[in-house]
Amino acid sequence: MSTPTELSAPAPHGKRAAPASPRRPRKNAGVKRLSTTDKVVLGFMIGIPTLVQLAFVWIPTLLSVLLSFTRWNGLALSDIRAAGLANYSYVFNDSPAFWPAVQHNILWLVFLAVIATPLGLLLAVLLDQQIRGSKIYQSIFFVPVMLSLALVGIIWQLFYQKDNGLLNFLLGTAGTPEAVDWFGDSSVNIWAALIAATWRHAGYVMILYLAGLKGVDASLKEAASLDGANATQTFFRIVFPAMAPINIVIVVITIIESLRAFDVVWVINKGTNGLELISALVISYLIGEGQSIGIGSAFAVILLVISLVPITIYLSRTFRKEKF
Amino acid sequence: MSFNEDQSARGIIRSAFDRRTLLKTLGVGAVSAAGIPLLAACTGGSGPGGSAAASTSLTFGSGSSDDVPKAAYKAVTDAFTAKTKNVVTTNVVPHNDFQNKISTYLQGSPDDSFTWFAGYRMQYYAGKGLLAPIDDVWETIGANYSDAMKKASTGPDGKMYFVPNYNYPWGFFYRKSVWQEKGYEVPTTFDALTTLCAKMKADGLVPIEFADKDGWPAMGTFDYINMRLNGYQFHMDLTAHKETWDQKKVSDVFDTWKALLPYQNPAALGMTWQDAAINMGKKKSGMYLLGSFVTQQYTDKAILDDIDFFPFPEIAVEGQDAVEAPIDGLLLSKKGGNNQAAKDFMSFMGTPEGQDAYAKVDPSNIATAKGADTSAFSPLTKKCADTIANAKSISQFFDRDALPAMANNVMIPALQAFIKDGTVDVKNMESQAKALYAAQ
Repeated sequence: MSTPTELSAPAPHGKRAAPASPRRPRKNAGVKRLSTTDKVVLGFMIGIPTLVQLAFVWIPTLLSVLLSFTRWNGLALSDIRAAGLANYSYVFNDSPAFWPAVQHNILWLVFLAVIATPLGLLLAVLLDQQIRGSKIYQSIFFVPVMLSLALVGIIWQLFYQKDNGLLNFLLGTAGTPEAVDWFGDSSVNIWAALIAATWRHAGYVMILYLAGLKGVDASLKEAASLDGANATQTFFRIVFPAMAPINIVIVVITIIESLRAFDVVWVINKGTNGLELISALVISYLIGEGQSIGIGSAFAVILLVISLVPITIYLSRTFRKEKF
Repeated sequence: MSFNEDQSARGIIRSAFDRRTLLKTLGVGAVSAAGIPLLAACTGGSGPGGSAAASTSLTFGSGSSDDVPKAAYKAVTDAFTAKTKNVVTTNVVPHNDFQNKISTYLQGSPDDSFTWFAGYRMQYYAGKGLLAPIDDVWETIGANYSDAMKKASTGPDGKMYFVPNYNYPWGFFYRKSVWQEKGYEVPTTFDALTTLCAKMKADGLVPIEFADKDGWPAMGTFDYINMRLNGYQFHMDLTAHKETWDQKKVSDVFDTWKALLPYQNPAALGMTWQDAAINMGKKKSGMYLLGSFVTQQYTDKAILDDIDFFPFPEIAVEGQDAVEAPIDGLLLSKKGGNNQAAKDFMSFMGTPEGQDAYAKVDPSNIATAKGADTSAFSPLTKKCADTIANAKSISQFFDRDALPAMANNVMIPALQAFIKDGTVDVKNMESQAKALYAAQ
């Protein structure tokens, strides 16, 4: 999980705003006061991250885009041959998994947005009350976020197994022909995977909202109740809008999670048979002995383009705000 | 990237795929997922370093990382060192990593000799000039091998590249006690097989145990029907894409399969081969078409002794001549081609002596060299060995004979869709195959 990156997303907001204010009174003096050492240090501090960024983000991204227009077996560089749009035509016309994958990614987004995220919010609101053992509940709900992929796979295997799984046992169908094949039946396995994804996502959202709720000024709530607002009104009219910065983070996280959705389906069956996802396709075409780099890159570029949409919206919002 | 693309590790290595491998690989998976758009460009990284080898030493790269095969290869290198005084430095790499990194490994600084598979997976790298031909080695060991083995060790240029160590056949496995009790007889024709299946179904059994959650086991059924219907050569040409997918011969395979599909476990798509093996162990099913590694699932000796085997019945051509028996063995890297000690090591692996050293530690497989010690074989292993020895041609399993990208990214989804509703779009398979093979 690349949680830290996402969490720190709103951080530049504050960081950039802070030095701006003391500098304003002595605008010109500020620049001159940088000694040579300062400049060198600053140069390093900016230069190194920039280089790292270039080496690990921009150059690979650019290469991916270029490779998506080639055919390459991953061996000698001289084996790279131009392919024009052939890889994209493969993705759109030939690959039977692509369109189902797009649908599943959309379904994933809708499900997370409509079920998982509100569930996380609900948990946060409930745990924010002064109930006994709140910390314990918080930990319990947050545990899935910290578990490794493999553990998640094992845990859900225990639930969903057809003949010995807990779920079918509770339904009383375990071992009978009526038992639902949660992983194998391509009409139900996506829902099984979505439940597993929700289990993780809700805990994640909960922690973020708990932090957000703690940050809401208690006097706002007091004022609301003095004005005669009931609990529901207080929450939706006062508290929720006051958490606007967190809300944006949550929206972005939800979108990113749904685009990046990968782990659960990969654990189940590597993203085949009803569990196709774009990210799983990228992996199956890019990694390992069976790689066909051109096609895998084309999948990756498509995923990149889709991801750019929410990222652009998010960034433009953040930057617009800073101006005012 | 050390990633789990391990549909590749079919067979014995494959059979050892378990939670452990999952743990190892999935962690990496999470990391990879975070960097998806970037993956395309990072093919860097180097294989385990092979130091410059003097003439009396060699490096040996082994993907056999599980305890038993690892110890078995150690026994081989020890025996070799004891015999020739040549020092062998072994680099063991987890098998999934080894397979996934093979391209970078061979281009970087590979070991002199390394473990690999026969089939397209060997021929491809031979064709790219990354392996050293070992015709001189085969001059000394050639007599130890059958023609089928020799054929499987030959590169696309007609030179020899591969030294087979062991293999294991695919076929129908069943519990003798169940068959005796119900009076079933081993079918030798496809019609007899379907009749038997109908009888088993009437007796309340799942006639043919089947599992395809992982996608690859169903390739065994496809391969056998294809070879029995169109012959061994067609299988080889189809997997090499010298034959197209959108022809009647291929549709016929699926049509024939349809007669069998109702008798295969309908829950296959949610099961791993281990689940299916357990079902057969519990006498819930009549038989199971799988590799002989299925027996690893039966730790109870009573069950193990009750397992028997018969080859896939004949359908239209070539009787039961072809057997699917993936071969594992050794290759010599291009660099290792200049190292006489490495060549000696390859020769040693090709002798009964070398193979006995291996088989003593890892008896679950069948040694490939003639004259290897068979006295410790169980009756089942002996039967498997005879089947292979009598085979006129040996195929390597679809994903070893075909382009890995074809096997993993086209064949698996296609077979799973076929199992689901009995439909298959061979035209689409052909257009995918065209694109994938063109990229190589």
